[in-house]
Amino acid sequence: MNSVVCIAQVPDTEARIRVAADGRHIDEAGLKFIVSPYDEYALEEAIRLKESKGGDVTVLAFGPDHVQQALRECLARGATKALHVKGDTAAADSLGIAKVLAAAIKSVSHDALFFGKQGVGTDNSLVGPMVAELLGYPQINVVTHLEFGEGKVTAHREIEGAEEIIEASLPAVITAQKGLNEPRYASLKGIMAAKKILIETKSVADLGLQDSEIFNQRVTVVALELPPEKSGGRKIDGGDPAAAAREIVKYIREEAKAL
Amino acid sequence: MAGVLVFCETKDGKVKKASREALTIGRKLAAAAGGDLAAFAGDRAVAQEAGAYGAKTLFAAAIGPYSTEAYAGAMQAAVAKMQPSIALFGGTSNGRDLAPRLAARLNVGVASDVDRLEWNAGKLRARRPVYSGKVFATVEVSGTPAIATTRPNAFPAEPAGGGAAAVVEISPPSAELKAKLIETRTPETGELTIAEADIIVSGGRGLKEAANFSLIRELAQALGGAVGASRATVDPGWIDHQHQVGQTGRVVSPNLYIAVGISGAIQHLAGMSTSKHIVAINKDAEAPIFRVADLAVVGDLFQVVPALTAEVKKAKAGQ
Repeated sequence: MNSVVCIAQVPDTEARIRVAADGRHIDEAGLKFIVSPYDEYALEEAIRLKESKGGDVTVLAFGPDHVQQALRECLARGATKALHVKGDTAAADSLGIAKVLAAAIKSVSHDALFFGKQGVGTDNSLVGPMVAELLGYPQINVVTHLEFGEGKVTAHREIEGAEEIIEASLPAVITAQKGLNEPRYASLKGIMAAKKILIETKSVADLGLQDSEIFNQRVTVVALELPPEKSGGRKIDGGDPAAAAREIVKYIREEAKAL
Repeated sequence: MAGVLVFCETKDGKVKKASREALTIGRKLAAAAGGDLAAFAGDRAVAQEAGAYGAKTLFAAAIGPYSTEAYAGAMQAAVAKMQPSIALFGGTSNGRDLAPRLAARLNVGVASDVDRLEWNAGKLRARRPVYSGKVFATVEVSGTPAIATTRPNAFPAEPAGGGAAAVVEISPPSAELKAKLIETRTPETGELTIAEADIIVSGGRGLKEAANFSLIRELAQALGGAVGASRATVDPGWIDHQHQVGQTGRVVSPNLYIAVGISGAIQHLAGMSTSKHIVAINKDAEAPIFRVADLAVVGDLFQVVPALTAEVKKAKAGQ
């Protein structure tokens, strides 16, 4: 059973985000990048699948040179191959990214395609289902439990207040939700082994795609702005709980109008 | 080529709240962009309700409960008939599942999880919180239709008082589904979920242990709200991840958010700071949560919360 795990590299969730001088991008200077947290669940699931059923785990990323660091980290955790498609993803919309990934996936043997349910930061939740559509595969989104059978996968999908159990034929696209598993850390042995694996690189043109299909299309960022600072609310002392409770209820009733 | 088509998600013959919100903003966009508002649903029984929100037409397909492939095929057929300038989806699990699938099929873009929408010089312009609300991005979507998914609670649902929408039957191409729904499991708790709740009461590490979530549940129940949680309580297993608010949980913007014993890590603030009214209860006067709170209560949650629950019950009883 071979898997491809599509990963995105995103700013550390602890990071303070600054807007660049052009007002349309974030300022990447000094920003620490990490593997998008949901992609870690995707990767872990693929590694477990390899451990139980054999096969390869290829990690695939589209992005600038520094995504190689994220690919290297995934290799250290147990992925067996890595493919880097070079390009400025900040200038591509989700469908542009999906087209690149779908084209790259075609060159790799696969039964299952794993994604995080969203890239933390841009928070679009679009690329996984778009790749599924482009390849004509079924998709199961926001998955918290998975079982692979002969030519099929059964997954638990999280929806509002309930859980769906969905069966899909392979190959299929799975997007991972927190709770799917507990991702492992890289071992020292894994880190050493990962250094010996060559990360294959390709350009958008190598995949037979035109830049005009991928970049500055369909969805364009007009402006990025920081939210206005809250002026700071009213402070009350909870030393007298009953009085504080009355004050809060007054606020809920008169201002939030929720009582 | 004009008008706005809204994916109307239904449950038990009713339009879901997120879809009513999308219909409302869709109606306003149709007025600005020209053309009519129309709805697409898997259940023709919602013609009356869709009409009440201003839909002139309901494209209905008898395709049963939601499945990505059947709904994408049927909605594609509705798009082909109507040729709308805009297609909107309420940002529910299914809306967010269907929108990208359809967009890839139609080779058009999607603005996800938007909290503002306008028609600007022939283009759909959307504002979306990114980096979990640390930044607002304004994006323009080109292509026909331009697609957006709306953030739950960001667009208030307002009926327009119209009559039933005219039903146009859609017969989708029948194809073997590659993914099939086997079963839906609904937990018996009957608890409200944070995704669409108007009121959320969230607990944090200040609760000290799992059992003390009962304080949060009681207050949430008294207010008719949902129970939320910070990551610091989800990771050690005090409460299920479904309740987590923040960057690796859900981003919420209810009318009222009450943060109890939550210090306010940047990832948590990012997930709730667009809530309309925020009350924070924390014993540390310097807690970062107070920077976003409209009402900051500095005190011991173990005293304030039970008193508040009692006061809320009293207020409700007095109505």
